[in-house]
Amino acid sequence: MEPAYRLSRRKFLQAALATAAAAGTGVACTGDRSPWRFLTVDEARTLAAICDQIIPPDEHPGAAWAGAVNYVDRQLCGPLRHLRNAYRQGIAAVDQSSRMLYGATFAGLAETRQVALLSMMEQGWAPSVAWKKVSSEEFFALLVDQTMQSFYSDPRHGGNREGTSWKMLGTPYPPIRGRFHYDVSKP
Amino acid sequence: MALKHVNAVVVGAGAGGGIVAAELATAGLSVVLLERGKWYTAFDCRKDDLRNQRTTVLGNAFGPDEERNPRVFVDEQGREHLLKPSDGGYNNNAACVGGGTASYGAMAWRYMEKDFRMRSTYGTVEGSTLEDWPISYTDLEPYYEKAEWEVGVSGDDSNNIFRSPRQRPLPMPPLSPNREYEILKPAAQRLGLHPFDIPMLRNSVPYNGRAACMRCRWCVGFACEVDAKNGTQNTVIPTALATGNCELRTECIAKEILTDSQGRVKGVAYFDSQSRPQEQTADAVVVSGSANESARLLLNSKSRLFPNGLGNRYDWVGRNLQGHAYTGAMGLFDFEIYDDLGPGASIAICDFNHGNRGLIGGGMLANEFIRLPYQFVGRRAPGVPKWGLAHKQFMRQWYRRSIAVMGPVQELPVFESRVQVDPKVKDFWGIPVARLSGHRHPNDQVVAEFLASKAEAWLKEAGAIKTWTSLPGTGLSGGQHQAGTCRMGDDPKTSVVDKYCRVHDVEDLFVVDGSVHVTNGGFNPALTIMAIAYYASDHMVKFWKGTHGAS
Repeated sequence: MEPAYRLSRRKFLQAALATAAAAGTGVACTGDRSPWRFLTVDEARTLAAICDQIIPPDEHPGAAWAGAVNYVDRQLCGPLRHLRNAYRQGIAAVDQSSRMLYGATFAGLAETRQVALLSMMEQGWAPSVAWKKVSSEEFFALLVDQTMQSFYSDPRHGGNREGTSWKMLGTPYPPIRGRFHYDVSKP
Repeated sequence: MALKHVNAVVVGAGAGGGIVAAELATAGLSVVLLERGKWYTAFDCRKDDLRNQRTTVLGNAFGPDEERNPRVFVDEQGREHLLKPSDGGYNNNAACVGGGTASYGAMAWRYMEKDFRMRSTYGTVEGSTLEDWPISYTDLEPYYEKAEWEVGVSGDDSNNIFRSPRQRPLPMPPLSPNREYEILKPAAQRLGLHPFDIPMLRNSVPYNGRAACMRCRWCVGFACEVDAKNGTQNTVIPTALATGNCELRTECIAKEILTDSQGRVKGVAYFDSQSRPQEQTADAVVVSGSANESARLLLNSKSRLFPNGLGNRYDWVGRNLQGHAYTGAMGLFDFEIYDDLGPGASIAICDFNHGNRGLIGGGMLANEFIRLPYQFVGRRAPGVPKWGLAHKQFMRQWYRRSIAVMGPVQELPVFESRVQVDPKVKDFWGIPVARLSGHRHPNDQVVAEFLASKAEAWLKEAGAIKTWTSLPGTGLSGGQHQAGTCRMGDDPKTSVVDKYCRVHDVEDLFVVDGSVHVTNGGFNPALTIMAIAYYASDHMVKFWKGTHGAS
């Protein structure tokens, strides 16, 4: 049987979000019926699609499956709460740009258009009317940085599900505490 | 109720302050050691890859408190930024018992003889306050040795033909080599260089009642889970407390140093852990807050006799802030290298610290500490995109097949690189905050490029199939190697402390930390700060005229 992350990207994202919804605490800051602590269902969908372009699935999982949305959502209710406005406004701006350019929200776009829009944001060419409150270059840099954090950091932070990135890189998971801790024979 | 008068108050329980407190307490003096941070032990070690001294994405693990301790940073365009400790421009060191030594990578360098006489060696330099120290390497040599044996250093520099002379060998042998060492050592030798095992303030064998290093990958930036990394918090500070003559008060932040109408030191005003104002009187005050905070404290200690702050009659307090510009190269290899055997940094060369034709100074080069996955994300080869499939492929292909060789450039001190106190912004306790501004000297970039090219050549000789250099920026330097802001000198008009670390024209006030460094060597400064602390304490005790003990 094919590993889960070889399914088509769309099915795969749905699977990732459904799992998260099932595991969600049901306590939401927004008062909406969202499984997330801060993000709405729509925001989570857009964010997952963005993160899956930043670190796409190939023979190893991408950022969405690994828990990028969970990482961001959790940290926005913790040490990164000062970034809440940036995310709320930024994600809205992404979807607004997407509708203006292609007539659909980001998650509904074909992959090439998703990449194109992200590149525009990166370079400051996204429709400026959508990006009045937050700079597209700054928001995109933030997204890249946090997606990388979610994917490559310790699973304790909410991402890197099952240590997937560490397995991909070839470092031991679970991490070995220290090579000499167990008095293994020394070189 | 007034606090009991003591012989000495030491402000800051870091590399310098911890040693001074121990030496004075051992000599029978009564000491209060104030530390604005907390005491983290080995059991507090969490190995959080997003919250440590190197990666502060999710906050600041070793102090100071993120919300209560802002600073103002003025960038090269003159714009002011209000920063928190986890922001890069803040130039944080740490605020906890042990200071930076609780979480450092623990490289343990003796500066070279020329590092103490940079002006005599290289001449005056336009745009720099380059100067000799008023003491020599020989003055500090016995104290380097004391630090190596009391705090504990392992390593083997016998192959370093440039090493400063020593009386006694290191107390502990080096850690066994990792794969990077086995690749880099013969390559350096083939190039005619002199590679050797980096001396480290780390137990390679059981020492001082604590275990040897367990070779984990979470070293630089983290506390040590098995307490094998040697800092002042697990060596001299417990010694100080065991004498019965030293009291450590944590979460106590100094507000100002108090002086009497004759300009003699009276004590320290501070806020205790409940933020209540306190005054601790003492015969002497030792300031060991590290270069940014020590300068800030002196500048905030204003009075009729000292309208611009203590030691600042000629506007040299806070000046010449320096750190180390880091330079070097990365190499990619077509064979596996990663062996998960920490700490990672293992081999160094001092061939390029001095004697580089046409250049002033230089710096040590060594392989880097293990790069955790998130720390590898930004180390892309030129041309590799920052995101997308290509970035993921780069990570996957090269994480286990890369070596980084980096080193600290010995910076030329710049008078305009400085710490002041901000006229408007105050911290949680109402104390004016540090205001940082300035830039590196342009010569630092020239030296950086030279050293980076040497690092690249080393990696190529070792078999790297692709290399690229990693150069520093030109902005203000400070950070974890911060130094220079209360420089040592014989002339009160161009220095802040004398050769015994006594502040000119203020009796019984000392600065004992990296602030006193005239120049900062081409090396991590911790062992030198420790040696200066032993040296200054020795003379404090010898010259002590007052009574011993609390009155």
